[in-house]
Amino acid sequence: MQAQELDALRPAEGESLVFDTNPVLNERPTHYCPGCHHGIAHRLVSEVLHELGVADRTILVAAVGCATFTYDYFNVDGLEAPHGRACAVATGVRRARPDSVVFTYQGDGDMAAIGMAESMHAANRGEKITGIFINNTVYGMTGGQMAPTTLVGQKTTTSRAGRSIGNEGGPIRMAEIMAQLDGVAYSARCSLHSVKHVREAKKAVRKAFEVQLQGLGFGFIELLSGCPTNWHMDPIAANNRIAEAMMPVFPLGVYKDVTANVEAEHA
Amino acid sequence: MSAATERVLIKGNEAVAFGAIDAGCRCYFGYPITPQNEVPEALSTLLPEAGGQFVQAESEVGAINMVLGAAASGVPALTSSSSCGISLMQEGISYMAGSQIPGVIVNMQRGGPGLGDIGPSQGDYFQAVKGGGHGDHRNLVLAPSTAQECYDFMFRAFALAFKYANPVMVLGDAIVGQIKEPVRRVPPRDAVPAEDLATLAAPWRMEGFGRRGPGAQPRLLKSVYLAEGALAERNRMLMRKYESMKADCAFECVDTDDAELIVVAFGSIARIARSAIRQLRAEGHKIGLFRPITLFPFPEEALCALAPGRRFLVMEQNTGQMVEDVRLSLFGQPGVSPASVLWHGVMPGLFIGADALRDPMLQALKEK
Repeated sequence: MQAQELDALRPAEGESLVFDTNPVLNERPTHYCPGCHHGIAHRLVSEVLHELGVADRTILVAAVGCATFTYDYFNVDGLEAPHGRACAVATGVRRARPDSVVFTYQGDGDMAAIGMAESMHAANRGEKITGIFINNTVYGMTGGQMAPTTLVGQKTTTSRAGRSIGNEGGPIRMAEIMAQLDGVAYSARCSLHSVKHVREAKKAVRKAFEVQLQGLGFGFIELLSGCPTNWHMDPIAANNRIAEAMMPVFPLGVYKDVTANVEAEHA
Repeated sequence: MSAATERVLIKGNEAVAFGAIDAGCRCYFGYPITPQNEVPEALSTLLPEAGGQFVQAESEVGAINMVLGAAASGVPALTSSSSCGISLMQEGISYMAGSQIPGVIVNMQRGGPGLGDIGPSQGDYFQAVKGGGHGDHRNLVLAPSTAQECYDFMFRAFALAFKYANPVMVLGDAIVGQIKEPVRRVPPRDAVPAEDLATLAAPWRMEGFGRRGPGAQPRLLKSVYLAEGALAERNRMLMRKYESMKADCAFECVDTDDAELIVVAFGSIARIARSAIRQLRAEGHKIGLFRPITLFPFPEEALCALAPGRRFLVMEQNTGQMVEDVRLSLFGQPGVSPASVLWHGVMPGLFIGADALRDPMLQALKEK
């Protein structure tokens, strides 16, 4: 959508605006497929950065995959990491600039397959960064291959007969794994398939940044997302799949929140 | 620093650490590997004392990407490793070259291929000077041959990295890393002040746009160029940059003026060759040494200037790598006519003395 088209949508005099563009997000169409949840995830992260008032000192570390071009949408300084290495790159940025706000935005292949070591160790060191993890159970950009999060029985272009635990192993649950590491201050899993869940997700995204700002450690947020194109579904069916097939395997919830402990200690 | 304390007895690896700190390095990320462990060990205390950051990474892959992140923030950042560890870093080095991010990588080479051994080697010459990673990139490469140069070259390495916004590799080996000798801990005369590095980084560093004053736009450091022709244009620009690095070619000539035979060697082997050459000179042989200090860019013009009618003997601790660049330099241009180019290789893992290089030199002197 062009800027003038957006202007045409703005309220006329006397009309009240209930939803506006966000200065941390560019006014430009994304390259994502219809029904993909990256746009919603971008919106949530950008709103949180705006509300926290930190966008002008934020550095985005972009990953490889569909979200490679994240930096084309966020109005913050951006840096491109090699596939899987975003948490290591973010470590370097945050260590070099301790007064910056740093986040990675990574898919399941990036963070939980090729980048598992970098992700785990940055989290374990308690790097003061925020990891945004998009879990859609598939490699999107490369055309629908199996991911570490692919569900048992799910057919992909590299698991034609459906993933089996005996052959490919089971789906990796990142929010639970992250929660077990000492350096992680916050770990939660949310979903983007319904309005209610999106609202909950925003609170969690905010928390994942707040623990960074408070210097408490690594903030991790897993967002269950749809990939209608590679799931071969329309967007509605994809949303239903998240609720019916993904959520039983990837239960939503806050798996770790050190601020809750802090609050409890002070209560 | 007082005159009494400025000379210290340290290993080459420790000289790297002192040189890095004194040159302005404030971030080190690395993973232990022999024979360079004194670098991270020294910096694990030196850097926090200097207000910097030291992180022992989970792997060489993690380490180089931390360097990428810190250097992208405009801070002089260093990693060090050895041969097989450097192989793991190549992905990150390629991304740094593609994104134009400076950083210094010290490679104290050990024997290879594979796990090889922990003895000295110059087997990573190709990997260092031909890019090493994917996608047609070049690293600036400096080859120290003494502990003093390990110290001095860290200043040059950071200055070149920031001047060209490109990875710089300091290519040593197990000998130069482990040798212990007096080092003057005083910045070389041509040292670039750390403040100047910050100035060089000002146009591109990641810091959050708010730091750049009102109206500043967000910045992006990347290596992906998908639009048709965009990568071609980018790589042509990088190619011109690599070409312009020739302005910083460095080399050393010893007794070459009247030499009939010129030994070409770098790093530790150059130093051992120099001892043999000194003996042979004392015995009346007309022999000299040409030592490339920058391995990329290769000092081909200086080498060619010595060429007419002379014989060259390339000595290196590998199965024949730099000899290719020597031959390309000497035979690749019209009007340059060396008499011959011979090669003598020392195999990795061997700690040789000057005597071991004397016979091949005598042999080459006889082959008139």
